[in-house]
Amino acid sequence: MILDLRIPLGLMFTLVGLILTLFGLKTNGDAALYARCLGINANLWWGMVLLAFGLIMLLLGRRGQKRLEEEPPQPSKKGSQRRGH
Amino acid sequence: MLNLTAIDWLIMLLYFAFVLGIGFALKRSMKTSKDFFQAGRALPAWICGLAFISANLGAQEVIGMGASGAKYGLETAHFYGIGAIPAMIFVGIFMMPFYYGSKARSVPEFLCMRFDEKTRALNACSFAVMTVFSSGISMYAMARLIQALHVFDGLFRALGLAPEGIFTFSIVLSAAIVLLYIFLGGLTSAIYNEVLQFFLIIAGFFPLVLLGLRNIGGWSGLKASVPVAYMHEWKGVAHASTNPMGIEIIGIGMGLGFVLGSGYWCTDFLVIQTAMASKNMESARRVPLIAAVPKMLFPFLVILPGILAIGLPTPHTTTVVRNENGVIYHETTVVSLQVEQGRGLVPAKINPVTGKPMLTASGQPLLDYDMATPNMLLHFFPTGILGLGLTALLASFMSGMAGNVTAFNTVFTYDLYQSYIRKGASDRHYMAVGRWATVGGILLSIATAYAAINFNNIMDTLQLVFSFVNAPLFATFLLGMFWKRATGHGAFSGLIAGTAAAMLHHGLTLPIEAHSGIHGGWIAVLHHYPSDMAQNFWGAIFAFTTNFVVAVVVSLATRPRPEAELVGLVHSLTPKPARAHIVWWKRPEALAVAVLVGAIAINIFFY
Repeated sequence: MILDLRIPLGLMFTLVGLILTLFGLKTNGDAALYARCLGINANLWWGMVLLAFGLIMLLLGRRGQKRLEEEPPQPSKKGSQRRGH
Repeated sequence: MLNLTAIDWLIMLLYFAFVLGIGFALKRSMKTSKDFFQAGRALPAWICGLAFISANLGAQEVIGMGASGAKYGLETAHFYGIGAIPAMIFVGIFMMPFYYGSKARSVPEFLCMRFDEKTRALNACSFAVMTVFSSGISMYAMARLIQALHVFDGLFRALGLAPEGIFTFSIVLSAAIVLLYIFLGGLTSAIYNEVLQFFLIIAGFFPLVLLGLRNIGGWSGLKASVPVAYMHEWKGVAHASTNPMGIEIIGIGMGLGFVLGSGYWCTDFLVIQTAMASKNMESARRVPLIAAVPKMLFPFLVILPGILAIGLPTPHTTTVVRNENGVIYHETTVVSLQVEQGRGLVPAKINPVTGKPMLTASGQPLLDYDMATPNMLLHFFPTGILGLGLTALLASFMSGMAGNVTAFNTVFTYDLYQSYIRKGASDRHYMAVGRWATVGGILLSIATAYAAINFNNIMDTLQLVFSFVNAPLFATFLLGMFWKRATGHGAFSGLIAGTAAAMLHHGLTLPIEAHSGIHGGWIAVLHHYPSDMAQNFWGAIFAFTTNFVVAVVVSLATRPRPEAELVGLVHSLTPKPARAHIVWWKRPEALAVAVLVGAIAINIFFY
């Protein structure tokens, strides 16, 4: 059966979030770098938000995928065999 | 200038890897042409709903709405509140039963079922041409922006390549990626990636709005730093002279809301294709309604950065003199003329020949509003999150392009190739044609993008021609779905007359402060509009009305189709679907009411 979209979506945001969080931790306190965003460590904070979002999506996606695989493929309905005229 | 580090590149590469990965992962489930062109009609409503708006969330939207926010302020939100939400509710509740229920595979095919072959041919041809050109325009805009932002300059310098190649590199890169994932995974791949792009755009722009608002002192700080008219969506809308866009309520309501908005959201296969890919009728009807929920909130995401860019202080060349242990330091921050002559973070337009800022008729510097949102990104984002922001920008270009490409390959294969070139071939054959139509469509788009470099006016001209073709469309669908007496001859002649009326209107009117030519008045100037927006909206109203009247008159004069043939295609002849098995709050109608209430609340907030 087809792929549950939330898996790649969750995976991508988890990775992006992880990269930003780690980079934010490494550069924490670097006043020159964060001067442009008003002294806020934007990488750290936003990275954590994206990480959380990614993990939630991943969790939901894995559950959805399991359901997709357990479900027998839908019997094709009577209209699905249509051709052009 | 722009300093991208390894972190930024890593995020961008990660995105490209996922986009292509989705294409490869979906390749094995592409077994029939139905899988390829219609995503197997098996997707859940929420995915199709997010793809529904993401297909429209191209760069023209992200950059254009930011630019319009900077130019006109919150009045731009009319494009959402009036121009989109009501039409999305209408298409979900009233039109989707016919699109989805008729089992048509594309919008032109629906026209063929409801009217006749010639109406379909007209619509399919004009639509196919428009999608190819639009994706070319999108590509051109992206390559120009990448050049202006110097995204790839560092990379090119490191590799020892000439910077002239950046334009071609940007175009080839984006075209190759979009081509590959659609070639592999068809509409499913395009829809999945549009959802990915949707979330990425939010992830890239939401922190920008937060930082911008914090910098300017919150909502009240923003109000204090821009002219009063900028912060009102409705105030002053009763008369053209009292609001920034120069258009009055009738033009907005009728032109934007009823004709242009509905014409786009209810008839454009670019967006409708995502709803037609969902798994059943209830989902299909819910798709535009689900899409309307984030659409309502988008003004915060795409218009606000533009308004913030105008409201922030304009950078100036400053010299700070500092005395340290008897030594005097002069610290000078040099700001280019382009920036200094601008307003807020919106730079002035520079004449490439003289190097001086271009001036308007009243001697003010001409502002380059399209740079409002990109400049906000560069101003606020440090390396790291900057990579995310730029990736979001690229994603928006790609999602707009991909929607056009899948709409093109479907319409080309089903409505042109299968109908007029080769009937009755095997399903496998049509799928191959679809794949190669994708390649052909992208090559034509690239050609358009290059044509745009050599002919300055080509983009404006194309968009003008599209508006002539699109303006009358909604009348045809409205009559087709809700008046059983409408005939094929009526629909066809109405479409032609409507387009002719739009052209004639444009040829006879001119916005104030414009010269005859591309802006109108190329026949004779009979009427002056206060703004080009007003001209555009009123032109749409004329085209719609002409189409409607001509279609009705011709329909009454020609023989109607037997009613038995129209079951499932016209409202009065289609039995109501049984919905007793769905709890009332899960029905599309309940969702529609909730969306409407939300939209009204936001409009009151923006008053």
